[in-house]
Amino acid sequence: MPHIVLNPDLYGITSLLDFRPETAAPLCRLTQLLLRGESTMTEAEREMIAAHVSSLNECTFCSSAHTAATCLLPEGKESGIEPMQSALESLHISGKMKSLLQLASLVQKNGNQVTQFDIDVARKSGATDLEIHDTVLIASLFCLYNRYVDGLATLTPTDPEFYAKLGTRITTRGYLMPADGYHATDYKPT
Amino acid sequence: MPYINTQNDIAGIRGLMQFRPDVAIALNQLAQVLLADDASLSKRDRELIASFVSSRNECTFCMTSHGAIAAHLPEGNHELVEAIWKDYKTAPIDDKLKALLQIADKVAKGGLHVTPADIAAAKEIGASDLDIHDTVLIAATFCMFNRYVDGLGATTPDDLGFYEIVGKQRAAEGYLTKSVLLKD
Repeated sequence: MPHIVLNPDLYGITSLLDFRPETAAPLCRLTQLLLRGESTMTEAEREMIAAHVSSLNECTFCSSAHTAATCLLPEGKESGIEPMQSALESLHISGKMKSLLQLASLVQKNGNQVTQFDIDVARKSGATDLEIHDTVLIASLFCLYNRYVDGLATLTPTDPEFYAKLGTRITTRGYLMPADGYHATDYKPT
Repeated sequence: MPYINTQNDIAGIRGLMQFRPDVAIALNQLAQVLLADDASLSKRDRELIASFVSSRNECTFCMTSHGAIAAHLPEGNHELVEAIWKDYKTAPIDDKLKALLQIADKVAKGGLHVTPADIAAAKEIGASDLDIHDTVLIAATFCMFNRYVDGLGATTPDDLGFYEIVGKQRAAEGYLTKSVLLKD
């Protein structure tokens, strides 16, 4: 049961975005820019960073949702990722992506775990400064979301079908708030 | 010096923000709503939560900046900020803020660390659902900002005078104005 009174028909982060639209608006814009905005990284690569950090933070809702989203994107399919998979180290991904996931792992522990050496490793694998910047910020953003979702004990479905539907929603409609708000029917498994 | 070439010499988070201005707008809007807009918790208490979480994450830039902002808000001062960094349980603050800082402390460790007992203790002492929500989200947001700042090695000034300027400006203006430290 959530720690505060939320719409009982909504789950995970959606129930929190619905609770406080004033904070949801900038959060949604930030997420849309980082995960769907113009970038030299694919949407699948950015979703993979989100899934990886969420898995390290043991946030089942976020890791399941972003793993499901990765699975639905072309480069995600090529990586061999499975729905509900948690360890991403074994995936078929580029050396650059491996080094960015490693950087995200350090950020997940704490920002002060990152050294110039780690940044140089990412650069040598082909990452640009903008890609490094965005990787660090996406990893940091999911340290926010994971704490928000679990710190308020939001409802976390266990049914993979729920996450498949949510994955479809975030890969087709993105992260901006729907004009008419959030509705249970958009998320409930059919 | 940040780890990446940000093409500017602005200290702290604003140097990173200058590198990615579109993202900076959303980050500052989030800070504005959470810290500087009127809501149930006072601005001072919101900044104290931000500074406290940053101290737990050992992020000197954010802890000192938001401590200075709290000190420049009504009923804020540097001794209070330092007492909270040292041990919030013995700091001269009311029991409600202590209960909220306990939740923030758990959030900094990880969301799953927050227990129903932590929440019940805060509610018993008068915390509303909105107070608890905002405490968790401020704490979570600083787990983001702290990692962003230190994960990219943002420049952290040693000069306390820098933080006084930041503290005065943000306490008075919030987060949506250009830094007074920036030249045109």
